[in-house]
Amino acid sequence: MMPSRRLLLLGPGLAWLTALLILPCALIFVLGFFERGVYGGIDYTFTTENFARAVDPLYAGIFLYSARIALTAVVFSLLIGYPAAYCIAKQPKRRQMPLLILVMMPFWSNYLIRTYAWIVLLNREGLINSAFANLGIIAEPLPLLYNDFAIVVGLVYGYVPFMILALYSSISKLGPELNEASTDLGADGLRTFLRITLPLTLPGIAAGSVFVFVLSIGNFVTPDLLGGGKRTMLGNLIYDQFLTARDWPFGATLAFLLVALMMLLLTLQAVFVHRAGGNQEARA
Amino acid sequence: MQKHLFGAAVAVALAFTATAASAQEKIVISNWDAYMPPELLANFTKETGIQAELSVHATNEEIMGKVTASGGKGYDVLFVSSPFAEALHKLGLAADLDHSKIPNLKNFYPEAMQLPHDPGLKFSVPYSWGTTGLCYRSDKVGTEPTSWNDLLKPNDTVKGKTTMLATDRWLMVPALLSLGYSINTPKEDEVAKAKDLLIETKKTLLAYDDTTFYSKLVSGEALLVEAWDGWCNYGIAENPAIKYTIAKEGSDMWVDAMVVTAASEHKDAAQAFINYILRPEVHRWVAENILYKVPNKAAMDGLDPALLKQYPNLAITPAELLKFEQMRDLGDAQKLWSKTVTEITSSN
Repeated sequence: MMPSRRLLLLGPGLAWLTALLILPCALIFVLGFFERGVYGGIDYTFTTENFARAVDPLYAGIFLYSARIALTAVVFSLLIGYPAAYCIAKQPKRRQMPLLILVMMPFWSNYLIRTYAWIVLLNREGLINSAFANLGIIAEPLPLLYNDFAIVVGLVYGYVPFMILALYSSISKLGPELNEASTDLGADGLRTFLRITLPLTLPGIAAGSVFVFVLSIGNFVTPDLLGGGKRTMLGNLIYDQFLTARDWPFGATLAFLLVALMMLLLTLQAVFVHRAGGNQEARA
Repeated sequence: MQKHLFGAAVAVALAFTATAASAQEKIVISNWDAYMPPELLANFTKETGIQAELSVHATNEEIMGKVTASGGKGYDVLFVSSPFAEALHKLGLAADLDHSKIPNLKNFYPEAMQLPHDPGLKFSVPYSWGTTGLCYRSDKVGTEPTSWNDLLKPNDTVKGKTTMLATDRWLMVPALLSLGYSINTPKEDEVAKAKDLLIETKKTLLAYDDTTFYSKLVSGEALLVEAWDGWCNYGIAENPAIKYTIAKEGSDMWVDAMVVTAASEHKDAAQAFINYILRPEVHRWVAENILYKVPNKAAMDGLDPALLKQYPNLAITPAELLKFEQMRDLGDAQKLWSKTVTEITSSN
């Protein structure tokens, strides 16, 4: 009785996962072993060339470059997101919800439009450059757009809310007791933060960082619009294989590698959170 | 209760017949955004009673991907550049045209009937044709550009303020022409030389841009760009200091064409749509609003001479145009090209 009932409850979820996640991933994986047809279709001839091509220095370079950009976005999201999340979590309860809604507010408009808005701000004749020029701070417009800086700005802007939410849920779980105990024992604010608050919110930091990293490394809109199409990230490379080069098998290979990387990161993060949780319980 | 059920059944049945009837009269057209005057479809429907729905694609490759994946089902008329029309034909995805259903072909220049990609227009009807050249701010570039090398190896004035087309066929055009190669070359060594040149050029570019380069010229962000002639005109319309010139090494001759899908269930309606476009007043209206040359003599003859003066590309004659090599389908070499372009755009 019990096992069948458990299966019944699990069934819809499992079916959903199988049909919409596991099967498509398996298809993508298999597609990577075929050849591109002359007109962009698929030639069902077995080949491992796509995987060999994916580790070519050119593509490995794009992979590293994307990881570097995504990591930079993580660091800045953390620097901006942590104080914000901390501040929100320390507010009286009734004020927390409106503040969180404010954090989520940008999602009310489309990501593409918000990215375009950055072009208006950052271009040579844009708001920032003209303001600086009018104030006499700069003689020549600053090159703010179509470079790595613009891409990171776009990614941080887009994904910092995810960081804040992940950190908020972690920080808000901390009661005031540990801080009080730490202060009573003579630790100053900085020491309390570094020794108590920061270690206990590491799971939140890990969750937020993985969110931002995974979303950033697969993003193709931001590098395209704010990078001027000159900087290719993994997301663009995959997008191009499917829509421009029409090389589906190679695109599938790259997509599979990206999915595999994301799974690895999410698993590591889950293991980490589980361990940290276990430690806390052990200490308690 | 019984009566209610019956009534509901009738209503459902009626609804089905109604959709079936309207579906019969509806064609789906895929075109680039804003490549047809917006009123065109409404006017077509008003006159013929045929419903027409517009679906947009951003690039030739995008619509090729969609059509090859679905076998063309769901689309009736596709607007694509001629190499892609050729590819659709080779794949058996383009329908043979019945010229008796498109009598307005009589309005065409004789040259337009004998284009290399489809002599006799058996499976495609040209919609517009033109050149690819240099579009620039004559008030800011200093010496005016005359050669593709002015774009590929920019001087200090324009360095960092140039853009090139991102679509792979046109991304390669300036380099191939400046090296004296065919724009349809299948040769590996020639493609490799063009690649090396373009990787060097990439370091000097502001951006790759297919769609907003003219506004970058207007705003002064860019000073010199690779442009399709008609798109340069959008810049000229906003700032007369913007000029268009064909590089001394030449241009490609590009043709954007209309193709009826082999999978279309409404081929008569689709050809009626093409025939409607080819009416002198409709096709002229395209030229006046999109600012591209059209292969329709009757339409071009009626253009306001002031327009030809303001937009010199409109005055290029078919004979002059046909001196340039037409962009053709690459066949097997497409794989090499796709890989090469990926390598260029991915070189960071």
